[in-house]
Amino acid sequence: MNKLELQKTAVEVRKGIIEGVHSAKAGHPGGSLSAADIFTYLYFEEMNIDPKNPKSPDRDRFVLSKGHTAPGLYSVLANRGYFPVEDLLTLRHTGSYLQGHPDMKHIPGVDMSSGSLGQGLSAACGMALGAKQAKKDFRVYALCGDGEIQEGQIWEAAMFAGFRKLDNLCVIVDNNNLQIDGPIDEVCSPYPIDKKFEAFNFHVINIDGNDFDQIKAAFDEAKATKGMPTAIIAHTVKGKGVSFMENNVGWHGKAPNDEEFAIAMEDLRKAGEALCQK
Amino acid sequence: MSEVKKVATRDSYGNALVELGKEHENLLVLDADLAAATKTGVFKKEFPERHIDCGIAEANMTGIAAGLSTTGFVPFVSTFAMFAAGRSFEQVRNSIGYPHLNVKIGATHAGISVGEDGASHQCNEDIALMRSIPGMVVINPSDDVEAKAAVKAAYEHEGPVYLRFGRLAVPVINDNADYKFEIGKGVELRDGKDCTIIATGLCVCEALEAAEKLAADGIDAQVINIHTIKPLDEELVIAAAKKTGRIFTVEEHSIIGGLGAAVSECLSENCPTKVTRIGMNDVFGESGPAKELLHKYKLDADGIYERIAAEMK
Repeated sequence: MNKLELQKTAVEVRKGIIEGVHSAKAGHPGGSLSAADIFTYLYFEEMNIDPKNPKSPDRDRFVLSKGHTAPGLYSVLANRGYFPVEDLLTLRHTGSYLQGHPDMKHIPGVDMSSGSLGQGLSAACGMALGAKQAKKDFRVYALCGDGEIQEGQIWEAAMFAGFRKLDNLCVIVDNNNLQIDGPIDEVCSPYPIDKKFEAFNFHVINIDGNDFDQIKAAFDEAKATKGMPTAIIAHTVKGKGVSFMENNVGWHGKAPNDEEFAIAMEDLRKAGEALCQK
Repeated sequence: MSEVKKVATRDSYGNALVELGKEHENLLVLDADLAAATKTGVFKKEFPERHIDCGIAEANMTGIAAGLSTTGFVPFVSTFAMFAAGRSFEQVRNSIGYPHLNVKIGATHAGISVGEDGASHQCNEDIALMRSIPGMVVINPSDDVEAKAAVKAAYEHEGPVYLRFGRLAVPVINDNADYKFEIGKGVELRDGKDCTIIATGLCVCEALEAAEKLAADGIDAQVINIHTIKPLDEELVIAAAKKTGRIFTVEEHSIIGGLGAAVSECLSENCPTKVTRIGMNDVFGESGPAKELLHKYKLDADGIYERIAAEMK
């Protein structure tokens, strides 16, 4: 996909996030939207995957360590063809397979159940180690939140990945700077994030995580990096793409009401339209 | 009993892993800087490439195992029960239990028979924690023979299994040609009509000895070995309750949430019967030689005998 196609796809992914969360009357739009461009790039460009064969043993793996942004993952999976886009409207409904947090047992394309912060990166390390042990060349991607990395287990996993030279592992930190209780550097600052990963023997790349040129360059660089894992610190805007949600911590874990939903969808419709005129 | 062969079930664990490792290429062993104590060191010596030391980071080790299992390996996570079930409870629950991954947890140094290290390392709560996780199999073998069979059965079982092993060398009691291990199947070791002692782990041998002492007093006690606490052999437990009408459970674990609780839950719903739970009475342990502690907390043959004799008066 070229950049314009990726941008258009990301708009569709964002629409799915808003529709799902609105239908659920609950969920986490802010961090789903900030990471929407990363989700889109991974599933439409970067990863070696096949929606028709979601359990292929040689596929690349993705672990959503910040599992509460499941609406973003589900939307990209649906748009990529793992399951019907209409099903996004069943998000968090009783009886739906689209659980509030990723459930690998029931959702096609979900490689690891997650949601309890700090745990996904360890599982991703296990998958990367599994590839090394089995002498396979699949890659593993893990998306962490910048608040999530306050969890100690993240650094246990980082130590392991750096020490074991898991160069088939790429960690992305969605650095949107906001967590539930406020800006991350006012709650319990994890900064400097890049220097921390460097200290744990990662190759570190800082990018604008809402810019497809920079996202592509970073993933290419990660793939070319041998002998150490890569951490991409993706500087993003929480709520990206929906005017009233951008950089507003109030939209971390809240669903839009009908009126807000209409405004959000109109924002995204306009963004899509603008891209079509390019 | 002085000539009886004694083996700590942690040694059985290490030895069984080596044997299984020879047959199964996909078996990996994970440890957290305790390979010498959990006895996975013997596996490391034989298969250095398949032994992953994760350092002192049990939560991460648990997650690593979860991830490995999704790539076709069968990981055995090894550390002390305190850290396997205690520190990493939520990792076991969410990263292994919830997705029902094929991970085996080899927890050594369970119960007060850890001895001198004291209460901080004596895990008397692990059975309670692990059996509360949906889909988790919980096994507490009684001796070397059973522990080795349990490791093999755990490998062959598809899904998460918690294996509980001890530090103290305990008598081998299952070394006979008829011995057969099946997950979820209890074993009657002694027939009796007056009461039933249902024991698990190292308390099985103590219960057998206690039954002999009771016999001298004219009390004919049935003895059942429940190596699998979950799924519990309800059929056997209910049959025993119907037969003797009086149950005693014995375990090196808190009386809250362990074997005693599992048996009580089963019987209160299916066959209301008086159950006396013998175990750690909602207290922490302490430092001391294992045998002395088992005696002090009345979990050895003398203690079990005294309690049952008093209750049966």
